Amino acid sequence: MKKTMVMALVILLCGFAGPVLAQDKQIKAGFVYVGPVGDAGWTYAHDLGRLEMEKLPFVEPSTYIESVPEGAESARVINGLVRRGHNLILTTSFGYMDATIDVAKRNKDVIFMHCSGYKTAENVGTYFGRMYEPRYLSGIIAGKMTTKNIIGYVAAFPIPEVIRGINAFTLGVRSVNPEAQVRVVWTQTWFDPGVERDAADSLLDVGADVLAMHQDAPATLQAAEARGAYVIGYNSDMRHFAPNAFLTAPVWNWGALYTQLAEAVHNGTWKSEQIWWGVKDGLVGLADIHAKVPDDVKALVQERTAAIVAGTLHPFTGPLKDRDGHQVLGAGETMSDGEMLSMNFFVEGVQGTLSK
Amino acid sequence: MKLVIERRDTSSALLRFSAPMVSIVVALLFAGGLILAAGINPLDAYREILYEAVGSTYGLSETLVKATPLIFAGLGVSLAFRMQIWNIGAEGQIYMGAMGATWVALFSGLENHWLLMITMFCAAFICGGLWAGVAGVLRARWRVNEVIVTLMMNYIAILFVNYLIYGPWRDPQGFNFPLTAQFSEAARFANFFDTRLHSGFFLALFCALLLYLLMERTVWGYQIKVIGSNPQAARYAGMRTGVAIFAVLFLSGAIAGVAGLSEVAGLQYRLQHGISSGYGYTAIIIAWLARRSALGVIIVSLLMGILLVGGDSLQMLWQLPIAFVYAFQGLILFFLLGSDFFIQYRVKLIKGAQGG
Repeated sequence: MKKTMVMALVILLCGFAGPVLAQDKQIKAGFVYVGPVGDAGWTYAHDLGRLEMEKLPFVEPSTYIESVPEGAESARVINGLVRRGHNLILTTSFGYMDATIDVAKRNKDVIFMHCSGYKTAENVGTYFGRMYEPRYLSGIIAGKMTTKNIIGYVAAFPIPEVIRGINAFTLGVRSVNPEAQVRVVWTQTWFDPGVERDAADSLLDVGADVLAMHQDAPATLQAAEARGAYVIGYNSDMRHFAPNAFLTAPVWNWGALYTQLAEAVHNGTWKSEQIWWGVKDGLVGLADIHAKVPDDVKALVQERTAAIVAGTLHPFTGPLKDRDGHQVLGAGETMSDGEMLSMNFFVEGVQGTLSK
Repeated sequence: MKLVIERRDTSSALLRFSAPMVSIVVALLFAGGLILAAGINPLDAYREILYEAVGSTYGLSETLVKATPLIFAGLGVSLAFRMQIWNIGAEGQIYMGAMGATWVALFSGLENHWLLMITMFCAAFICGGLWAGVAGVLRARWRVNEVIVTLMMNYIAILFVNYLIYGPWRDPQGFNFPLTAQFSEAARFANFFDTRLHSGFFLALFCALLLYLLMERTVWGYQIKVIGSNPQAARYAGMRTGVAIFAVLFLSGAIAGVAGLSEVAGLQYRLQHGISSGYGYTAIIIAWLARRSALGVIIVSLLMGILLVGGDSLQMLWQLPIAFVYAFQGLILFFLLGSDFFIQYRVKLIKGAQGG
């Protein structure tokens, strides 16, 4: 009788000990990439983050699968990673949203993190960065460096993320140069250097002397370098593609997030949430500003960066009007996260098309 | 010594069967060299590819899922090939079919499952058919080259679907992302064996059977072959070639359109980017390799499914770059297409032949 009691106690204790042990779990991470790791942009930046995460002692060598088509096809790849024993899976493009949720439903013991989407589940969190903050800061530099007051913007798809970036950039430009216009060309692709190059050239043809871009490849930088214009990169520090034209770039530092994420999963403190980190958290920032940018401009950028970190400056603060002159925010109002995440209008100063 | 290439009058059944086999073996040897150069034992790699694609219920189901749109599109393209009509537009027809099915699923107000299924099928069939039918009318009436028309209409179809998902059809709850709302349960295909295998696969097999009967057992099928091989003789025999050209292109596009239905109702449950990752173009290779036979289309599509699904394992297990996977798949196709040449032509060395 006593023996069975003891046995029961032991079993009970083991039952409790189980999850405690599981909290210190080894992490085997799998990454699903939308482009090739050699794109020098979006996927490259994620891969740098992956490598940084791997340095943690409890993280086993991770796996990545590159150039995975968005949509239903990605479910197979995500499932393949689960089947090969990965317990933390990161899907790094919006188009993987449905597939991530679908695979997660069937694999409750695996943790999924989906970048840039809006669907969560018990074992699926989302993560993204407030890239609009460094976009705004880079806009200040563009606004100061343009002499023709025409700035070109090579943009991928008219989705909220990209629109938010264009608007924040334009607000940065106009905060120092109210005369300047930002002209947008859509490429309808994340990664197609040929198309991106054509779009950049068309903007230079209409007189733009500073280019910015939201693409995964550095083709816009190469176009600016060839034509003697200035350029602002994106994703990663791309200055070696345009040593003379490069001013700065809003960049991702995924390592900051990935290491914390791995620690949370390792410690058992991970919970499903929607992470949206900014400059303050070190996830996004500006690449080193080129020496040719005057010191007073650098000082201004530094000052505003500090204000963003301190929470006293929000790029989307009223009074704010859209392109057609309608008031979006009254004086002193700031935009909510929900409004920013579904943004579908251009602010004053942007020239481009947007379907309603 | 002189190398002479001459057309074979006939090719023996043995040659027609053995040439593709030999070419696969040669391709595997060549690709094996590539794999060996990457520091991997080719036999291990081939075993993994096979295991990934057919080694488990899951792998097999994914291979069938992958083969499904290829069978539909391959059947459509090969039907037109029978008549020496080159339908390069299956990609666009897939998009139009997906669009038609989506319209019914989201906006028809129907709620009954079978009624929805039948109406969605008809919508996809007609949309895909009419899209290709345009090229049919142009060809039959004004002898406009259908290669150009069908190819160019791909871009129109894809951009039109883009317009819909960015504009009028955008999900109101989707944070302005370019997605339609998700289909209701009633508008989805059934799934089997707790995998992603859906009714679309069986519909594709049924479609192949119907097409076989049509081509081999009806007068109309016979007429198509006659018109294809000798239009003058056909016209002399009183066949209405114009009507036949339109009908064949319509049917060809309609079947490709059903591939679009199968993708949205069987896998994606909504219209979005990447409904087809180039299935319409792969279908051209499939129709060619299958020598326009319905059974051949099924076999080649399955092989292609194995190649595409199995290719995942090269990345997942050995972290080979995606470019390597593409190169591997390309090599296999190159040799298969090459074998076609040796079936139709004979290469001879002639001793002491005079030039000219």
